[in-house]
Amino acid sequence: MSSSVANEANGPTAVEYIQHHLHNNSIGDGGFWVLNLDTLFYSWLLAGILMYIAYTMGKRMTADTPSGGQNVLEAIVEFVQQQIKDIFPGSNPLIGPLALTIFMWVFLMNAMDMLPVDLLPSIGQLLGIHYMKVVPTTDLSTTFALALSVFALIIYYNIKIKGPMGYLKMFLFHPFGKYLIPVNIVMTTIEEVAKPISLGLRLFGNMFAGELIFMLIALLGGASLFGLVPQIALGTVWAIFHILVISLQAFIFMLLTIVYLGMAHQEIDEH
Amino acid sequence: MSITATLIGQMITFAILVWFIGKYLWGPMTQMMDDRKKRIADGLAAAERGVHEQELAEQRAAEHIKEAKEQAAGILAQAQKRGAEIIDEAKIDAKTEGERLITAANAEIEQEVNRAKESLRAQVVDITIAAASKIVKKEIDAKAHGDLLKDVVGQL
Repeated sequence: MSSSVANEANGPTAVEYIQHHLHNNSIGDGGFWVLNLDTLFYSWLLAGILMYIAYTMGKRMTADTPSGGQNVLEAIVEFVQQQIKDIFPGSNPLIGPLALTIFMWVFLMNAMDMLPVDLLPSIGQLLGIHYMKVVPTTDLSTTFALALSVFALIIYYNIKIKGPMGYLKMFLFHPFGKYLIPVNIVMTTIEEVAKPISLGLRLFGNMFAGELIFMLIALLGGASLFGLVPQIALGTVWAIFHILVISLQAFIFMLLTIVYLGMAHQEIDEH
Repeated sequence: MSITATLIGQMITFAILVWFIGKYLWGPMTQMMDDRKKRIADGLAAAERGVHEQELAEQRAAEHIKEAKEQAAGILAQAQKRGAEIIDEAKIDAKTEGERLITAANAEIEQEVNRAKESLRAQVVDITIAAASKIVKKEIDAKAHGDLLKDVVGQL
């Protein structure tokens, strides 16, 4: 962090520094065809690492003498399994891999936050890449990709379990019974739409804010030499606190996915 | 926030990742963990069964030992009884045999005594006759007096 961009003599101002760091390296026409290359690169890199770990571990694991990485993965898998068992009614072969993937992938993407804010962008600068957002979950495209995928599954399973009529009835008669149908429609629609929005925005907000605070802390050291001490102290405290935040956000995303899909799997209760 | 190719790309990535992790990690691992759980449960049940069987075997062994002891005691008692019986029988046999031998001996002795008496009688007659004939010389008719003497001897 000592190699802060703001440290340079004729460097950018604090505002420019922050804006620069919050800028995705994107190509496209600004409409639909926008590709955030940094987001895609880091999320694919992490997805690739996950796939590699999953593949090698899946091939290598033994039932008799588990060791090292297998123990860690088993602990995670068992943890996710336990959450599903506690929350999810019935059984669905998709829910396990879904929850596990969300937990691990989101955690890894969040964990990019733990790297010094300027480390990878500075390397990028040297290689001629001028914009780089390292944490994929500070990009709304990523969080909403997850949230909307979950939302699609919510709708799919609502219709599959409750039937199209049952799903419609949920909008008409829930939560206030048959005499307040217009209110019910509005209420249920808000309730349903709030699910993906809250999922996506919660993760994005937490990660974005965390990243922003890392940048502000980095700016402290850039402002003056005396700023170095609070920069190191605050950076350490915030990084330690952030370990909690990144795990918690990954866990919450996973848990809410299970909860929402569990609600989709419940038969509608008649009023 | 607008719908962009990045969003779609991330959704596709997510779908592929879910499929991949489900196929190569979640599936095999949950399967393996279930199998292991079952194996552990089986093993514990088998151990329990083994302990139970050992208990049963110990019980059976104790029963066998008890039975054997009882049998041995029975055999011993029988043997002692039989021994006593044999001794008693032997005693009785010996007693009767002894008695028999005594009576036989007694009978023989009597016979011998009788025979001795007989021969003694005969000899006494002869001696008496010889003596008498020597005393009275030839006056005495051996035949006539012989009868008389025999009479006398028979009274002895």
